[in-house]
Amino acid sequence: MLLISCPYCGPRDEHEFSYGHEAHIARPTLEQQQTMSDAEWADYLFMRKNPKGVHFERWVHSRGCRQWFNVARHTVTHEIIKVYPMGEPAPNLEQK
Amino acid sequence: MPEAYNRRSALQHFGLKAAAAQSPADARVFIGEAAHRAIVNVRGNPGDPAFLQAVKAVTGADLPVKPNTTSQAGEFRLLWLGPTEYWVTAPAGSEEKLAAELRQAFTGQHAAVIDVSESRTIITLSGPDAREVLARGCSLDLHPRVFGPGQCAQTGLAKANVLIDQRDATSYDIYVLKSFSDYLWQWFGLVHRDFTAAIRAD
Ligand SMILES: [Zn+2]
Repeated sequence: MLLISCPYCGPRDEHEFSYGHEAHIARPTLEQQQTMSDAEWADYLFMRKNPKGVHFERWVHSRGCRQWFNVARHTVTHEIIKVYPMGEPAPNLEQK
Repeated sequence: MPEAYNRRSALQHFGLKAAAAQSPADARVFIGEAAHRAIVNVRGNPGDPAFLQAVKAVTGADLPVKPNTTSQAGEFRLLWLGPTEYWVTAPAGSEEKLAAELRQAFTGQHAAVIDVSESRTIITLSGPDAREVLARGCSLDLHPRVFGPGQCAQTGLAKANVLIDQRDATSYDIYVLKSFSDYLWQWFGLVHRDFTAAIRAD
């Protein structure tokens, strides 16, 4: 079980949260969409990093305050390295 | 709001009055239902003084802007749900008037008022063993050094989504969706076998 620190509510059981998958994937702008290839669309829609190491991902405190936030989590140890607000760039973390 | 004569509490079918009469006198945990409490969901910007003022003008209470806290003034009890979301609760039957007054007070503001009284009922839990009972189904740290009167939390209780509002050192209001209340009541019934429990009908 993960103990995740909601930025508002503090540490709560993993079961109070829902996973929002990889963070920092920007939707192509309307302009970009005019010229994008199918392969580029597929990359945007389906291709994800799946690293063995630090992963930047979104979580929502769905059973609590219902707020979204970002988490840097190590996919092997499950260590939660950092919790940071939506809209903030991914922190510079040394790969463990 | 449904006509008063049609209004049944979510736990009415358990016959709480009759059960209360048979409860042990030496009980260390009491359970009951606070039915039909008015619950009005309020959304707005707590950084806007006008929003805070409007809430205070209607309820007399300061909006609990600190996460997971409550405030009280007279019969109004206000609960923090999220950084821009709150419940204003009041005695049964006052929901229409309360919602109208809040809506009026928020005129011109970016705020929302929704009467959600019918969505939930409140299971009341009190007594020296109440915390112990809650802890059986809830992952929150309910120890007084972490959680106490004036605090509330939305969490899971025996897998049902609830809001726990600690009223005083030994009593809790548990807001639960009506559709889950039968299940949660029966779960309490199972847990209470390990305790000296009594049903409170008031
Ligand atoms: Zn939260």
